[in-house]
Amino acid sequence: MTIAELAPKIAARKITSEKVTENCLATIAELNPKLNAFITVTADAALARAREADKEIAGGRYLGPLHGIPLSIKDLIDCKGTPTTAGSLVRKDHMASSDAPVTRRLREAGAVLVGKTNLHEFAFGTTSEDSGFGPARNPHDPTRSPGGSSGGSGIAVATGMSVGAVGTDTGGSIRIPAAACGVVGLKPEWGQISATGVVPLSRQLDHVGPLAASVADAWVLLNAMLPAAGRVNALPETSSLKGLRFGMPTAYLFDRLDADVERTMLATIEVLRSKGAAIREVALPHANEIATVYLHLVLADAAEYHARTLESRPQDYTPNVRVRLEMARYVLAEDYIRALRGKSIIAKEVDRALHGIDVLVCPALSIPAPPIGAATMPVKGGNEAVRTLMLRCTQPFNVSGHPAISLPCGTTPAKLPVGLQLVGHKGRTPALVQAALAVEKVISGVS
Amino acid sequence: MTVAEWLALAKADAEKRGLPDLIPALEGLAKATEQLRAADWNDRADHDLKDARDDDHR
Repeated sequence: MTIAELAPKIAARKITSEKVTENCLATIAELNPKLNAFITVTADAALARAREADKEIAGGRYLGPLHGIPLSIKDLIDCKGTPTTAGSLVRKDHMASSDAPVTRRLREAGAVLVGKTNLHEFAFGTTSEDSGFGPARNPHDPTRSPGGSSGGSGIAVATGMSVGAVGTDTGGSIRIPAAACGVVGLKPEWGQISATGVVPLSRQLDHVGPLAASVADAWVLLNAMLPAAGRVNALPETSSLKGLRFGMPTAYLFDRLDADVERTMLATIEVLRSKGAAIREVALPHANEIATVYLHLVLADAAEYHARTLESRPQDYTPNVRVRLEMARYVLAEDYIRALRGKSIIAKEVDRALHGIDVLVCPALSIPAPPIGAATMPVKGGNEAVRTLMLRCTQPFNVSGHPAISLPCGTTPAKLPVGLQLVGHKGRTPALVQAALAVEKVISGVS
Repeated sequence: MTVAEWLALAKADAEKRGLPDLIPALEGLAKATEQLRAADWNDRADHDLKDARDDDHR
């Protein structure tokens, strides 16, 4: 069930938070041994908080739509009294001494935290298979990746282990698992939600945001995660698609798609057009340089954070992540500066692409969830690295900092979810959500 | 330092440290760095500045 469905029932005491939480915990007990979505389950604390929420509501102290709602938190984000492992044995003995601001705000909104979800080690990967706590698995096909790095978050929402989840996104780590697991993932504008108390990958590219079962739920979560002064409590009114102006960056973002993803994506765009959306092509002139800009920024930033543990306890990293971090230490300062310059140029080009339109529309993930262990996937007659393919459609908007949302838009013939991405203007995340609500209404069931 | 010189030094260092798995990763990074250095936003000290489209840097 969604937050939108549960919240009024909890508020009206037609169902208890305790019952909803028990259901989530039962689903975790049943599915987690197979899917490995959670590193830590806080069952006792969650049930105690749920009972307390029920008492508060019975006493007339209803806090709002997240009151009594079970959520999961990516194990990269501090929750007081539980470890923040970052999916790594490097941090297996860590214990958070305080809540990250985002955790604190969700608790203040009355949420019930059921546990900490698995991820690609230190958020440094797109598949969630390189975790010190074992690979997370896709609920639609457990031989495949759930995407990453917030893989456990995507699984938790897709299966009902939690009603909503909090993830992080440095190159696509909310939107990629959302697309691979068939849920909604919202990466806000850079800096919109505090990343304090979140283990960094790249401080200039890291974003914190929600994964949810619907666009409306993602909005409720986002709103609670914002500082009080930035909240817009009412859900943006769903607009009609008629008159909404979409820009399609066809060159680059549509040119390395798996055939099934491409078919679904083009069918979805035709549906939008048939419902009155105005769609035109737009350009990102330096799109081909985005991947190399991203790579040099994320490597150098990660190297700075990991240097000391890489020297003192390299054996505690998973082999693939260790190699990438070792590589990171060879980036030269002059190349880092070139990448910073490119970042600024690319951000301006995304602004220009958005000029005169409401949102960009493009895929969230260029391939269906890849098999666990796959190094390459076939695309357009050749084989390309899984990591490169998975980051291709999402990382531009980490480099640029624009808000972006992934929402399910159908499935491949193998029943694997496909995700559509919408990208909004900076400073206008509510308008992006409004467009996503309109799109969500018309695209369910495209395949 | 050219990318080729950088790659030779980095590979020698990886071998010295007993990290042979690092070498293919460094070769991939070298290709990405070549592309970054070839980007048309990079200035040359013997040419006019290219920052007309990037005014935040002035």
